[in-house]
Amino acid sequence: MKLYEIAHSRAGDKGNTLTLSLIPYDEKDYAMLCEQVTAEKVKAHLLHFVKGEVIRYEMPNISSLLFVCHDALSGGVTISLALDAHGKTLSYVFLEMEIDIN
Amino acid sequence: MKNSVRIGCGAGFSGDRLEPAIVLVEKGRLDYLVLECLAERTIALAQKRKANDPTKGYDPLLERRVEKLLPLLKQNSVKLITNMGAANPMSAAEKIIGLANKMQIDLTVAAVLGDDVFHLITGNEISTETNSRLADSGELISANAYLGADAILPALEAGADIIITGRVADPSLFVAPLVHEFGWDMNNANIIAKATIVGHLMECAGQITGGYFADPVDKPVRDMENLGHPVAEVFSDGTSLITKVEGTGGVINLATVKEQLLYEVTNPKEYITPDVVTDFTTVFLKANGKDCVHVSGGNGVKQPGTLKVSVGYKAGFMGEGEISYAGHHAYERAQLAGKTISRRIKNLFTGFRIDFIGGNNTGEVRLRVAGRTPLQKTAEQIGEEVEALYTNGPAGGGGVRKYVTEVIGIVSTLIDRNLVKSSIELEKT
Repeated sequence: MKLYEIAHSRAGDKGNTLTLSLIPYDEKDYAMLCEQVTAEKVKAHLLHFVKGEVIRYEMPNISSLLFVCHDALSGGVTISLALDAHGKTLSYVFLEMEIDIN
Repeated sequence: MKNSVRIGCGAGFSGDRLEPAIVLVEKGRLDYLVLECLAERTIALAQKRKANDPTKGYDPLLERRVEKLLPLLKQNSVKLITNMGAANPMSAAEKIIGLANKMQIDLTVAAVLGDDVFHLITGNEISTETNSRLADSGELISANAYLGADAILPALEAGADIIITGRVADPSLFVAPLVHEFGWDMNNANIIAKATIVGHLMECAGQITGGYFADPVDKPVRDMENLGHPVAEVFSDGTSLITKVEGTGGVINLATVKEQLLYEVTNPKEYITPDVVTDFTTVFLKANGKDCVHVSGGNGVKQPGTLKVSVGYKAGFMGEGEISYAGHHAYERAQLAGKTISRRIKNLFTGFRIDFIGGNNTGEVRLRVAGRTPLQKTAEQIGEEVEALYTNGPAGGGGVRKYVTEVIGIVSTLIDRNLVKSSIELEKT
């Protein structure tokens, strides 16, 4: 199953750091996302973009996860040569990730 | 003291639409309108405009926005707080007074000054991004400290109708009027944290009402062309309702609010502004009927002793060129074009990048070439070489576009907040 089938995401940027939220449509899926979507898996999925560390924050208060991806925006919006220098399109690249559910 | 305070956010970036702010002032029953128009790099670009003309350096859309809003703000008794002063809040205030005089509208404008700390920066400070000296990044051209709500409060106390600032932390534009109206103590970290959460949710305007959110299949948004901007109704205990004007397009629900709560947050346990350090893991959201979400919780710890400073530097020039190929072997021909350009000029650039846009199933591939260099003339060569592919490259290339942009980079450092002295200047019609 693809992440986009059960969750949505918004990308943000701070300098050369990319932030990706992961929010299940149904809050009941939060625990499963915590189990399935580890920082390591996100780093592997976005390897083409993210050169640095990925840190995952759990937000049980709003049943959401936040992934903070370092060295991910080709130097950051002000000097990047990328067409999408903010990385705004990357939320939907993230949601293409496969997860295993029973 | 008011039971609640209503703040609308009518712009979330410098190029935002003008109409939603008008709707907010006319129909939002607002106490305050905030226009947030200043991104990290915007102020460095504004400093450059000011260097060319000392009367400029404020937001280029200031006149267009304010001209339309002035009579409506007056009629509806709404106060305006905006960072459209950018690199020159004083000239912006004078410009607004000029417009008000022309329209015969009586008002007081306050300019908030003191964020420009270029004179305090030596270049030897360590960048929080690169861990090396600021000056190692390039020739420094600007340094602006993020001021907090405490810089805006004197303007509110002086009774200003319009407050125009330069670099202020975005949430502080909302924290200040709430502190002023409710008489909150800036040292009460838990209440200032709640105000900061309101500011953080509101500061990107349409991003909490369905903008940057809509997906017609999974996340449909009604009447997108009339997307309304948000209103926060904040109560004296710091809880709030995030809502919008009845009849406008868009949607506010738990999904839009969650996305915005986490937007651009790099550590939700410690969201740092000049006013407070806020813990977003203590915020609670509850759906409250159509297009309305109730926000509660949110703890904070005291004001940081340092302020973040955004430092602009000259990062050379970026050249870009694009050309399209379609149909049979489109991708192969685009690849040949990219390889040809690389062999011709790649070694002239300090950074060089080839992208293929589209492809696979679309039947069309667009080659994009981008390069960075200290020299404008060299940057121009990217577009020139891409254009020359028409007659010196693969078959069937069309639709060339070329661009050259001067690049202003941004690095950050921290400064002792006691070194940054803010002040206000009042101008009356």
